Amino acid sequence: MSFDVPDDRRYLESHEWALETDGVVRVGISDFAQDELGDVVFVELPDEGDEVEQEAEFGVIESIKAVSDLYAPVSGEVVSVHEDLFDAPELVNEDPFGEGWMLEIEPDDTAELEELLSADEYEDQIA
Amino acid sequence: MPLQTPPLRGIHDERGAKFTEFGGWDMPVEFDSIRTEHAAVREDVGIFDVSHMGQIHVTGPDATELMQRLTTNDVSRLSVGDAQYAAITDEDGTIIDDTVIYRLPDEGGEATYLFIPNAGTDESTHERWISYRNEWDLEATVDNRTDEYAMFAVQGPNAATLVDDVVDTADTADAIDGSVTDLSRFEATESTIDGVECWTARTGYTGEDGFELLVPWTEAERIWSAFDCQPCGLGARDTLRIEAGLLLAGQDFNPEDNPRTPYEAGIGFTVDLETEFVGRDALAEIEAEGVEEQLVGFQLIDRGVPRHGYDITNPESRVIGTVTSGTMSPTLEQAIGLGYVPVEYADPGTTLQVVVRGQSKKARVEQTPFIDTQ
Repeated sequence: MSFDVPDDRRYLESHEWALETDGVVRVGISDFAQDELGDVVFVELPDEGDEVEQEAEFGVIESIKAVSDLYAPVSGEVVSVHEDLFDAPELVNEDPFGEGWMLEIEPDDTAELEELLSADEYEDQIA
Repeated sequence: MPLQTPPLRGIHDERGAKFTEFGGWDMPVEFDSIRTEHAAVREDVGIFDVSHMGQIHVTGPDATELMQRLTTNDVSRLSVGDAQYAAITDEDGTIIDDTVIYRLPDEGGEATYLFIPNAGTDESTHERWISYRNEWDLEATVDNRTDEYAMFAVQGPNAATLVDDVVDTADTADAIDGSVTDLSRFEATESTIDGVECWTARTGYTGEDGFELLVPWTEAERIWSAFDCQPCGLGARDTLRIEAGLLLAGQDFNPEDNPRTPYEAGIGFTVDLETEFVGRDALAEIEAEGVEEQLVGFQLIDRGVPRHGYDITNPESRVIGTVTSGTMSPTLEQAIGLGYVPVEYADPGTTLQVVVRGQSKKARVEQTPFIDTQ
């Protein structure tokens, strides 16, 4: 089975993606991760204004069958939380790289993005 | 130890199933999505490969006596073609396993039974039967036929129509016109599917109408492919059985980690104290005194998902129990679970808390089954 791995963003080994636009980093989980989890039924996310640390837990995602922690791709301040997911967590399954996004972070240092996996490297990891 | 594989492991793999270890078996957990499979069974019909379930065959002059003394229900009530849910208990009345017993057509003029221990317990159950048979000096043949039978469950409101279409013939007095739709719940019949002889029972573990088919291991693919409906994995089986308030062996009771009596586990209806069986005296005493704890169903009021092993507390945050099963109910879209609590907290409507990853979430005791079925 092949999975989408858009090359406009970076990835964590723990399957989160990070997409920088105008200095804000949007975060979600990959197509592979949503497929592994199965039907997503619940997400627990931080509040706007919270600080997150690169590679530290920022929330939890639960599918019918499993619970997983979510890890931040960069350190910074949470400037936006995708609250639609609280009522429609299935968006993560339906559109993981689009409407299934979770957070937007204003990073302390955008150079941290360089430490993450490229699309090719991530594709190798899940191959 | 290598995992045992169901006869259709390769077929399921080709179909794109994901697999999980369950009771020592490598079983399909999900074919498409748990939500899709769950909905198929609640609204239409789905088929499960449950070939990991055990099959023990018992016959001979003392077969009835042996079954009677090792299971909690009254097997003497079974006519040929009847099925019965029962518990297997130890001397203390602790549930070792739960099982369905089928009375098969007599063999050599002797009553014959086939019963279904849970995955991974067939060997120990076989040994238990042999050991007690020898100790009591009873004349009965006990065979472990787990690797001779595949088992499929066809479940859902449209299961009867589908199974009736697929079955060529059905032969017992209960199947009046050779139709499986004449079977009552917990009745079974010999039947033929695509020329293969099967045992077809109106039983299941989803809360829906449905059938379980015991089919020769070597003919499994032929029978499986005769059913044109949604294949379902153990993931959906779990969400369906929790909604129906049904127990999962090893989780909702476990003789080692969570020893429970049938009365605590809510299956006191399987205990017939008028019969003599291992554990009977202990259970008579417990029945007379009443239980201190019992299994309840609950719904989480706050957001979150209860999982096996989470603490249950009272509103003052004192730990009073443990979640044994939990899920987000696909039908209700509510977080639901099962767990043992002291009886004073067991009435529907009682407020409890479940500790979800360190946070107390409000919960309310609910009557089970959580949904109206059948």
